[in-house]
Amino acid sequence: MNFNYTLWILAVPFLMFILLGLAGHKLKPGLSGLLGTGGLAVITVLSYITAYLYFFRTGATEGVYTKISAFNYTWLQLTDKLHIDIGVLLDPISVMMLVVITTVSLMVHIYSLGYMKGERGFERFFAFLSLFSFSMLGLVVATNIFQMYIFWELVGISSYILIGFYYEKPSAVRASKKAFIVTRFADLGFLIGILILSFNTRTFDFITLTDPAGPAITQTGGAAFLGLSVITWSMILVYMGGVGKSAMFPFHIWLPDAMEGPTPVSALIHAATMVVAGVYLVARMFPIYFFAAPAALEVVAYIGAFSSLFAAVIACTQTDIKRVLAYSTMSQIGYMMLALGVSGYGGHDGLGFMASMFHLSTHAMFKALLFLCAGAIIHAVHSNFMTDMGGLRRYLPVTHLTFLIACLTIAGIPPMSGFFSKDEILVAAFHHSWFLFGVEYAVAGLTAFYMFRLYFSIFWGNETHYHHTPHEAPATMTIPLIILAAGSAFAGFIPFSRLITSDGVPFETEIEWAVAIPSVLIGLAGIAVAFLMYSRRSGIPDRLAAKFKYAYKWSYNKFYIDEIYLFITRGIIFRYISQPVAWFDRHIVDGTMNSIAAVTQYISFRIRRFQSGQLQKYAFVFVSGAVLLIVLLVYLWNQ
Amino acid sequence: MDILTLFIVIPVLTITGLVLVRDIRQVRIVAAAGMGLQLILSAVLVYLYLSVRHSGNTDEMLFVRDLVWFKSLNIHYAVGADGISVAMIALTSLVVFAGIFASWEVDFLPKEFFISLILLATGVFGFFISIDLFTMFLFYELAVIPMYLLIGIWGSGPKEYSAMKLTLMLMGASALLLLGILGIYFNSAPDGGQLTFNIIEISRTTIPMSAQYLFFPLTFIGFGVLGALFPFHTWSPDGHSSAPTAVSMLHAGVLMKLGGYGAFRVAIFLMPEAAKELSWIFIILTSISVIYGAFGAIVQKDLKYINAYSSVSHCGLVLFAILMMNRTAMNGAIIQMISHGLMTALFFALIGMLYGRTHTRMINEMGGLMKVIPFLSVCYVLAGLASLGLPGLSGFVAEVTIFVGAFQHPDLFHRILTIVATTSIVITAVYILRVIAILLLGPVTNEHYNHFADAKWFEKVSAVTLISFVALIGLAPYWLSSMIGTSLQPVLEKIIAINPF
Repeated sequence: MNFNYTLWILAVPFLMFILLGLAGHKLKPGLSGLLGTGGLAVITVLSYITAYLYFFRTGATEGVYTKISAFNYTWLQLTDKLHIDIGVLLDPISVMMLVVITTVSLMVHIYSLGYMKGERGFERFFAFLSLFSFSMLGLVVATNIFQMYIFWELVGISSYILIGFYYEKPSAVRASKKAFIVTRFADLGFLIGILILSFNTRTFDFITLTDPAGPAITQTGGAAFLGLSVITWSMILVYMGGVGKSAMFPFHIWLPDAMEGPTPVSALIHAATMVVAGVYLVARMFPIYFFAAPAALEVVAYIGAFSSLFAAVIACTQTDIKRVLAYSTMSQIGYMMLALGVSGYGGHDGLGFMASMFHLSTHAMFKALLFLCAGAIIHAVHSNFMTDMGGLRRYLPVTHLTFLIACLTIAGIPPMSGFFSKDEILVAAFHHSWFLFGVEYAVAGLTAFYMFRLYFSIFWGNETHYHHTPHEAPATMTIPLIILAAGSAFAGFIPFSRLITSDGVPFETEIEWAVAIPSVLIGLAGIAVAFLMYSRRSGIPDRLAAKFKYAYKWSYNKFYIDEIYLFITRGIIFRYISQPVAWFDRHIVDGTMNSIAAVTQYISFRIRRFQSGQLQKYAFVFVSGAVLLIVLLVYLWNQ
Repeated sequence: MDILTLFIVIPVLTITGLVLVRDIRQVRIVAAAGMGLQLILSAVLVYLYLSVRHSGNTDEMLFVRDLVWFKSLNIHYAVGADGISVAMIALTSLVVFAGIFASWEVDFLPKEFFISLILLATGVFGFFISIDLFTMFLFYELAVIPMYLLIGIWGSGPKEYSAMKLTLMLMGASALLLLGILGIYFNSAPDGGQLTFNIIEISRTTIPMSAQYLFFPLTFIGFGVLGALFPFHTWSPDGHSSAPTAVSMLHAGVLMKLGGYGAFRVAIFLMPEAAKELSWIFIILTSISVIYGAFGAIVQKDLKYINAYSSVSHCGLVLFAILMMNRTAMNGAIIQMISHGLMTALFFALIGMLYGRTHTRMINEMGGLMKVIPFLSVCYVLAGLASLGLPGLSGFVAEVTIFVGAFQHPDLFHRILTIVATTSIVITAVYILRVIAILLLGPVTNEHYNHFADAKWFEKVSAVTLISFVALIGLAPYWLSSMIGTSLQPVLEKIIAINPF
């Protein structure tokens, strides 16, 4: 089977970006929107065809899914062995990502046709969405780690541009800058990791790198630094890139601010696709982590677990609905990271790997759905704050129902897809470490609580007085909601373990009720608490906040991490490094140059007296010099 | 007449034409036509070069011509080009072409302005085609003198001070260079025989080590001053900020490349043994340049100062990579020179255009320009993204080639310094995005801005020419990288001969 055509999955959005970027302002806005959406529809179809062909026709040889390099072109030859290629690699996870990304992206495109209607820069918006789709798809089909890095940077810049889409708004400008610089700092780690890894393995190529019998895993080791092997260090540094992009602690600070972007962007980039790039990165390099750098894999697990708990706690006290969803995203990605971190390799041992990918797909559906619903709500009430909402279920029936489905999914209530994927993660954690398992149980309860806190305050509770009656969004916006709701509800029945596994060998899973039942009960408990506190306007939340004043304050202020960063950047880097450097340059380095000039000038000013033009002075100097010389000679002669 | 000599003849003819014409319109047309022709010629040169190479010619230098013009000292007018000089020539014609259009509206003594500008360009072209050290040096001096006049007469701010400072520092560097070149000359035939200035002939012999130890630092620092080597870079911020637009473009875009090119072609190529021994000193200095320039740029308020410091950082990377002395890093250094040349020229062109509208270069005094002049603002953003190394634009190609190349160095110390240098990608992002955020984004801060007209046609010509090549290199780097790569062979053979690892 020839998968050459997959190149078009990258080419179409790229061409669309060039077209809309250069000529978009000459087209009618509606036309550019349709062109962008149409282009995406084409690649969605191509992705589904690819998935069908790969999973059910040709991908498996003797029942094992292999990695197929569909296309590979040498983009830049660096050394004899190292070269950056641009290509398409098909394997279970990349094909899965193609499907997930194109599906969500298409839904977001359709939704944006309605949501962004009449906005200034409509064609610009679609141009950048195409750029983002191109970059994200290029990232997941990367055949080598440098291609991934290239597209990694490109999704970063697309994210930067789209967060700052409303570029006249200072908060959006700040948020976009922050997002780019924080992730760029993390990417520095990624780059250094790549340098170290490629220096030791002499290759960028994923197929060679991740081959358990290949040179990367078998031949390295040896040199150690601070007790960990070089390869472990490089994998931790590579993971640093993933931590930045996936908004894990401590690089999570950009994600909540990124909500300044238009809501469809938050749905696509900051919930469903780009932020899971870090998870995908670890999954892509999983064999190296597992065989050559188990310590790095522990780091992955603990950072994931900590982030998921940390974000869930913060999400309980935020009032901006998009920020609650942002922290929820961080928390769920923590789940995926944890699942990878606790996973083994091969067959049923690779349950965590499978669960992580499973959760990634279901999360993409339900989180995109939540954001798009949030967009519809914000569209209706013109506010981001849940304190301005209440009783909306009567005005927004479709949004209400789809939002409820999404909440049930994220809370892990059967038979929603979130139940299945979360259950697999908990099982994997259960078999690895009791501690991590306990943390994730707590997070499951918190998740159900803060999601239903959101749900009840928006759709139930006391009705706020609205300036004009909220009304349901147009069909271009509700249809994507319904499709995504269907996806969230039923995606759980996809037999993931037969398709996507750590080594390509399918295996069977069944629900471990001993783990599943308590987790559902915890979820229900969370919902019940939220119901008691928020279904009617009661005084309970305020009283609790008053009672646990410090805990509440710390959580509400996001544990002051932003302030710490601000102190480091503003206080230390700006004031104690950059300004002294600039001063040093002007006054010391340049001052030296200037004083050399001044000294020269001074000396020449003095010396010029010798050239006075007065004959008697010359004669005096001449005669006295001659006398001096004679005296000297006589003196030396007598020695 | 051979094609390389044409690169000097055309500017000279253009200057003659400029002397003859009368009004400003004719001046512009003659200048634009001459440099347009030059641009076409360099496209032809690239084509010819690639086809000759393709037909299997593996000579070190192509299009060689050798005429004796001073017999007793064996000074020749010797020209020749390899992939590197062809690339540098193409860069120069692009930047000069864009520079002519960026200074379309110079109204004070326009004729004299364009004459000096093209005279400067002549010197640069001559420098890149020469393979005779003396002729090369002569052309270099030819480029420095008009620079003094251009800044001193058409500049702004403390222009006399800046012009004087720049010229004196560069002249000081020339003094070192002249010593270095003479030193090379007198050691060019260690076994007796005819002394020579010809680079190719010298490269076939080995200059005695004692001489190398003395003359390598001289030549390297001499060229390094031009390439903004820390701590000899301070002419750059003042010079740039006082210089008129086109001069800043040419200066940062091309003249600073003379430093990198010379350091590579003369210092490293002719004295690789000493380079190997002494490189660690300069690698430390250039690593400092890279980081220091970037940190210095963060707090600057004048757009030109920001770019001057950014150039210190980027050009520091050029010298850093050259000193790593392996194929990949050197290749990256050359790409970085071209990439930096294009994008700084673009930056300075845009700064000039912004200044023409807002009459200030202080970023705090501007804001929200994206809304009123979107074309120029988008160009500025693109230049910024190229500068911070975004994939798809030329800066990325150069930087990754340098970093990967430098990291292949067998010595741990060099690899650690490479990691230090990579941190510049973050610092660069900080100052670039800071400028973009303050200058272009946010609400319009001054209501006069609403009356601004976006780019005029000649400004568009200037910006689009440069941007298209920044994007071309960024999207399809292979041809450039392989064109340079094959021309690195002679240097690499010399390096491998001393240290076969």
